[in-house]
Amino acid sequence: MRQKLTIPLFLALLAVMALVPLIGSRALVQELFMVLCLLVLALNWNMLAGFAGLMSVGQQLFVGVGGYAMFAAVILWGMDPLAGVLIGGVTAAAISVPVAFFAFRLNGAYFAIGTWAVADIARLAFGQWKALGGGTGTSLPKGAAQDMAGVVPIRALLDVSKAAAVDVMTYWLALALAAVMLAASWVFLRSRMGLGLQAVRDNPVAARSVGVDPTRLKALVFVLTAFGTGLAGGLIFIQIGRISPDAAFSLLDWTAFVIFVVVIGGIGTLPGPVIGVLVFYALEQLLADYGTVYLIVLGLIGIAVMLFARRGLWGTFLSRSGFDPLPLGHSAPKSAT
Amino acid sequence: MAILSLRGASKSFGALKVTDDVSFDLAPGEALGIIGPNGAGKSTLFNLITGNLRPDAGRVFLDGRDVTTETPMQRCASGIGRSFQIPQPFDHLSVYENLLVAARFGGGLSASAAPDACMDILRRTGLAQVADRKAGGLPLLSRKRLELARAMATQPRVILLDEIAGGLTDGECGELVATIRAIHAEGTAIIWIEHVLHALTAVVSRLMVLNFGKMLMIGAPDAVMAAPQVREIYLGIEA
Repeated sequence: MRQKLTIPLFLALLAVMALVPLIGSRALVQELFMVLCLLVLALNWNMLAGFAGLMSVGQQLFVGVGGYAMFAAVILWGMDPLAGVLIGGVTAAAISVPVAFFAFRLNGAYFAIGTWAVADIARLAFGQWKALGGGTGTSLPKGAAQDMAGVVPIRALLDVSKAAAVDVMTYWLALALAAVMLAASWVFLRSRMGLGLQAVRDNPVAARSVGVDPTRLKALVFVLTAFGTGLAGGLIFIQIGRISPDAAFSLLDWTAFVIFVVVIGGIGTLPGPVIGVLVFYALEQLLADYGTVYLIVLGLIGIAVMLFARRGLWGTFLSRSGFDPLPLGHSAPKSAT
Repeated sequence: MAILSLRGASKSFGALKVTDDVSFDLAPGEALGIIGPNGAGKSTLFNLITGNLRPDAGRVFLDGRDVTTETPMQRCASGIGRSFQIPQPFDHLSVYENLLVAARFGGGLSASAAPDACMDILRRTGLAQVADRKAGGLPLLSRKRLELARAMATQPRVILLDEIAGGLTDGECGELVATIRAIHAEGTAIIWIEHVLHALTAVVSRLMVLNFGKMLMIGAPDAVMAAPQVREIYLGIEA
């Protein structure tokens, strides 16, 4: 019944966020675009590490592949960047299958290092792709983003420049992606698969004995989150407009910050990444003028949360208050008790 | 045809032979008891049947089909349900959800059929009042009941029970025996490892004695318990 309050609240927040381009400055729209993309990455990593127990530090692989696939679609095949984003997601999911085949032989820390190594191999390999600029990278052709579907109606609607309309378009897409990802995570976790996943997290041996196949479930989550991460990658690089192997496969930008967001927000909880991304954004604003100190402070906060609030801010709030607005559980049929 | 058969099953951990050339057949709907001193290889035998362990030699058959290389998930779906000697609940799931996982996956029940089936089992095992409690917070006796209930939720045709009567009071033990007899009466075959003999003999029609991994005897409970070598080895009584 608590969902009755949560869903309207969620929709109201979504509506407010959707109205930001009408009120806010272009800089704010660009800033919030990156925050939303970070949220999408965090939701995916949380599903992977928090629910499926797959501690990957190689998710930049899928961001990079998504970005490069989008660039290839636009530059080599002359497609709309939006179609490129979709191709980015599909390509990332396709690549995740052989990656899973090798990485799933590893466990725990070995899995983490294995995924990292694969992502770095991809960084080096994509540097060899001469048609997309090799090691130095390339830019989206002039006007490619501005000819994107949806830009013209937005210009007409908001009466802004072409470049600003592109920002609004990518912002709305990022918002939609984040909202869909959050809703899809909730539906997935409450499904049969999600229940099995939570059983595996608690006790893999017992889960196998009641018919749950842990490897199959984890592989499914790995491929699905690769798809989501690839979509985000494609979208991010429309906005940036320039791609290079180092930027596309950046461990810091696409995985380390994401881990920070999920850990401080509350790993293995659904609202955790949302809280984490808010904290991250606030810190970014506060510490923007301090350069490297900013990263040191982030690191210290991450360590402090891991030591003193192991389940993150949301997890700590949950255990203190007992109030869960997004319950993932199934309650027993009432008529029977 | 036997629902479950072992043929020459052997398993060693290093130099220690924990299961040594065990063969037996279980008829559909039969109740078989297993006794033996600690370390006789009783739980290992269960692990060989469920697929948690692979035998070094010998085969396992389910409905005459060789399942020796199948995973625990596949065997569970084919109708083998088990309880663990040391309870293994899904701690962060509720008692009801513990059963729901088993019913949806191993039992293959639909989203509409599973909830009622689970509640029915919870009522029969006396867990209905704690259905929405987290399983991790249950006391030991309830955890043991949960082991039985969760195994039942996988809709097994053979249910393997590993020492679920230990530590119960006489009254609780009587309830447990009644529950197990009811499961048996519905046609589910049972293999039950138990030290509480009076509970065991109230249910089973055949008794197997294991010692140092070997099957010492199998037969009618009275005959087995009267056999001198069983009295000597298992009960420590000089014949």
